[in-house]
Amino acid sequence: MSIQQLFYTLQLADNALINGHRLSEWCGHGPVLEQDIALSNISLDHLGQARSLYQYAAAQMNALPMDAKLNLFASVALNDKISKGETIEEDDLAFLRDSWDFKNLLLVEQPNEDWAYTIVRSFLFDVFNLYLFNSLKNSKEEQIAAIAEKSLKEVTYHIRWSSEWMIRLGDGTEESHRRLQQAFNDRWMFSGEMFEASNADKEMLQEGIGVDLTLIKNQWQQHISKVVEEATIMLPTNNWMQTGGKQGKHTEQLGYLLTELQFMQRAYPNMEW
Amino acid sequence: MLQQSEIYKCLATVADPEVPVLSILDLGIVREVIINEQDEVTIIITPTYSGCPAMDIIAMQIRFALLAIGVLKVSIQHQLSPAWTTDWMSDEGKEKLRAYGIAPPHRKSTDTLALFEEEITSCPKCGSPNTEMTSQFGATSCKALYRCCSCQEPFEYFKCH
Repeated sequence: MSIQQLFYTLQLADNALINGHRLSEWCGHGPVLEQDIALSNISLDHLGQARSLYQYAAAQMNALPMDAKLNLFASVALNDKISKGETIEEDDLAFLRDSWDFKNLLLVEQPNEDWAYTIVRSFLFDVFNLYLFNSLKNSKEEQIAAIAEKSLKEVTYHIRWSSEWMIRLGDGTEESHRRLQQAFNDRWMFSGEMFEASNADKEMLQEGIGVDLTLIKNQWQQHISKVVEEATIMLPTNNWMQTGGKQGKHTEQLGYLLTELQFMQRAYPNMEW
Repeated sequence: MLQQSEIYKCLATVADPEVPVLSILDLGIVREVIINEQDEVTIIITPTYSGCPAMDIIAMQIRFALLAIGVLKVSIQHQLSPAWTTDWMSDEGKEKLRAYGIAPPHRKSTDTLALFEEEITSCPKCGSPNTEMTSQFGATSCKALYRCCSCQEPFEYFKCH
């Protein structure tokens, strides 16, 4: 066990939680009932994956000596629990850390905007997840491999859903095509971060726990290009990428999201329902 | 000394809260039952989908069912790997599903579909293979929505996973 392994687990967990939360915001607002249900189902898969990963991260954190885990995160609420010698649980990691403690990709915290923006975000992330979990299921770390094996099955449904919508919107009406292209252009700058290796990514690759992101990047690009072509939209030519999420440098969007996600635990600490 | 058969008989009475016609044994989510020399029982279950909200309720119902036959020391553990598959669903379970109006999974989960291929399934009411998928997501993670083009009935399909 190492701090980097904990950070690596949290990268995966935070992506799942934040993406799942964003999708859950559609619940009750879907354009038609079937799509509302689809989004809630997909969101639930991500939240389930997040739970497994946070449970595993909490176990790693509890095994760390006091001086290693105290002040590992900026959150006062979390450090308060740790200093009292309390056991950290999955919920503490989801509800008590602050924005700069989160390691998720900037892509997944971006707001839903309209249907096209939601589809583009899901599509870019689902394709990444497909190849990520496909590789992670061979991780040397048993728990990570088990979560990846489970998640891979679920991602298969997600990717069918988001790819179908990419094609339906892109190859649809003039307006749906225009709006999908606009959303794709706008979200593209957040896609590069997926393949930028953090210290945790590098160390876990060396130890046989993580994955080779350059390999995944190739698979991802090929897959994306195929669907984009069928959707009759253009790959953006501007390849300047905004990064920072894995280092805890987030867009302001994450702050608003966490305010809502964490409200109950922050206002009424330790409440259960 | 407790017998495995007693525990399994008891687990057969625990229904899936989402599809009450199936027991947790029919569903194939009970992976192992371990009884130690002190008659302490460990039951290993595996979730169908990561986010399945029924798992906590299932664990509670297992405790209640065992409590009712006098088994007090129960530990329930979750195991993710190997990942649950509909291949583990019993034939009896599949027949129960059909009788209940839900089309059962009918192919091996290892046969992967091409990206946009749809699973063809027969209507559980009239048996017609002339059906179409309305959504690959239904009221629970494990089901998709279909419509029969012959008898016009909408129905749920327990998808292969």
